[in-house]
Amino acid sequence: MRTKLVLACCLVAAVLLARNLYVMLLELPDEASQGPIFRIIFFHVPAAWTAFAAFVAAAVASALYLTRRDLRYDAFAVAVTEVGLAFAAANLVSGMIWARIIWGIWWTWDARLTSMLVCWLLYAGYLMLRHAVEEPGQRARIAAVFSIVAVVDVPIVFFSIRWWRTQHPQPVVWGGGSMDPAYWQMLFLNWAPLLLLGVAMAAIRIRQERQQREIEALRRLAHSL
Amino acid sequence: MAQAEARVGARRKSSLAVPGWWRGALVVAGKDLRSELRTKDALNASLAFSVVILLLFSFAFDPTVEETRALAGGLLWLVFAFAGALILNRSFARELANDCLDALVASPVSPAALYLGKVAANWVLLMVVQLASLVVFGVFYNAAWTRRLGALVGVVALGTWALSVVGTLFSALTVNLRLRELMLPLLVYPVLIPALLGAIQLTGPLAMGEAPGAGTEVWLRLLVGFDVIFTALALALSEAALVA
Amino acid sequence: MNALELEDVWKFYGDFPALRRLHLTVPQGACLALLGRNGAGKTTLLRILAGLMRAGRGAVRVLGADPRDRAVRARMGVLGHGIALYDELSAIENLVLFARLYGLDDAFGRARQWLERVGLGASAYSLVREFSRGMRQRLAVARAFLHEPEVVLLDEPFTALDDRAVETLQGLLRDAVTEGRTIVLSTHQLREALEPATHVALLVRGRLAFFGERSRQMLEDPGRLYREFGEAG
Repeated sequence: MRTKLVLACCLVAAVLLARNLYVMLLELPDEASQGPIFRIIFFHVPAAWTAFAAFVAAAVASALYLTRRDLRYDAFAVAVTEVGLAFAAANLVSGMIWARIIWGIWWTWDARLTSMLVCWLLYAGYLMLRHAVEEPGQRARIAAVFSIVAVVDVPIVFFSIRWWRTQHPQPVVWGGGSMDPAYWQMLFLNWAPLLLLGVAMAAIRIRQERQQREIEALRRLAHSL
Repeated sequence: MAQAEARVGARRKSSLAVPGWWRGALVVAGKDLRSELRTKDALNASLAFSVVILLLFSFAFDPTVEETRALAGGLLWLVFAFAGALILNRSFARELANDCLDALVASPVSPAALYLGKVAANWVLLMVVQLASLVVFGVFYNAAWTRRLGALVGVVALGTWALSVVGTLFSALTVNLRLRELMLPLLVYPVLIPALLGAIQLTGPLAMGEAPGAGTEVWLRLLVGFDVIFTALALALSEAALVA
Repeated sequence: MNALELEDVWKFYGDFPALRRLHLTVPQGACLALLGRNGAGKTTLLRILAGLMRAGRGAVRVLGADPRDRAVRARMGVLGHGIALYDELSAIENLVLFARLYGLDDAFGRARQWLERVGLGASAYSLVREFSRGMRQRLAVARAFLHEPEVVLLDEPFTALDDRAVETLQGLLRDAVTEGRTIVLSTHQLREALEPATHVALLVRGRLAFFGERSRQMLEDPGRLYREFGEAG
């Protein structure tokens, strides 16, 4: 049942992605000032949205774990955090590629770029923290506390870095933020397959986490005999 | 047996009580300070470390007044954050040796009060290190940091509270982990970035004895906001952080 | 009222049940010897009773309330594997600290009185670091009994104790029983534990294999419980 759902997610995502790629590569015109590289935004921005959605979902699952103490919430939290981290990485890398073409540099301490890097580091810390704890209940509890702290921190990081950067000379990201409605539409249209892909990846990871728990329990049982 | 029960009951009424919330926090803070001041392990290490970093920075850039002016805020807060990690690491490690943490958690002191007591003790110790580092900084880099002492100490106090609140919570989380000393800074610094950013902006001019420029209230607001939000959040999470 | 009540209590490490389906009722004033091999779940059960850990499932009541209730914790004394004393503080400072944490008035007088009671009056102002093993353990016992708890939880109290500390502890346990306090002590030293016990519980791989009043037979042949209800049970 679960396997079929995952497959369905992937299939729908693939169809949508093929259709979107066709439209964005062959039908949408190049953006006036940036040229063809502009199209990276259709992955760059939805990847960030997916990442944030994942981090919020992880925090909700973490809070549920702390109140209900059910390890299924913990499995959900770790799965979506890992997916979120992957999408955050996709966002960072696509941003860097774009910056290389447009600005001629791989990295600039632009507000959003910096904030996303901080965000990525926060959740990389979450995974490292998990890695350092053996006992599953303890690991879940500690990680849940951290996840909640992190999700509160993320918006503060974004605001503070924006304030900081607006006080300094700021590289032009896109002038004024007025984008053609067709581009906007594609941004949202391309979010759907990314989100579906994220769901499928999280589902697979949750199952793996459950199997891991079973194996660990069997190992403990074997030791106790 | 009933007689015996009555006897225990009578004794109870005369002496046993749940300590007040604030009193519990105060007792824990007092214990931590007394403990640390007796050995001064963390304090000495932290002070020595801050002097070493201040020295190293003199090689990182040309330590003229001009250059220092541009970097003072960031330099000081890096020193505070790095040296502070040593104090924060000790905070719960101190409870580990004889399973003291179990006894504290099993006592009627609420976990939030226990946590706040530790935050307060760490804040005091961190402030000692920060103020000592400021003295060394003033000497090494010819900074007139005493000219706006009130405002400077206020900003350092706010930033240090943020460091203490986040650091103590994570110190509690990581106390039982292998790699404890390595995990703590790795987790604390990224979370602390907004507070550090605000503190750096405000500390820079103040440490050189200059008035902070226009538009700096936003940093003060950020710093105070960070302190308030994370103090509340950490107090709410303290039970989950301390009780398995 | 019962001192301890467990209803269908489970505790999981991951998916592995370390405690399974525990039902247990201990009346006030009882002294329960909690027996079992290493890894049977004795420490886990004691930590749940002490409020240091939550049960995964089921209801735990100490003195009629949740063990995480502050008022209940004030009436409990806990002595775990560690001595829970600060090496860099003196004996009296340690006791005064815990007296204050338990909200006792005249913390200093109480600390002084307990130091005398465990024979450490002369070393009140020495740091715990300088104490011998036996002295540390006696001080730890004083720390656990200082606030005259109605329920005392002791995890392996007889291991690594020297003769004098065993004597002190047994004396305190006898007093506690006559004063109507409830005691739970986990141990695999059968003889020391069974002597003061009124009740006996045997944990086998997380299950309660036996629970009942301690009989004279058990004293005469302490190994019998294990043979009868042990691994086969």
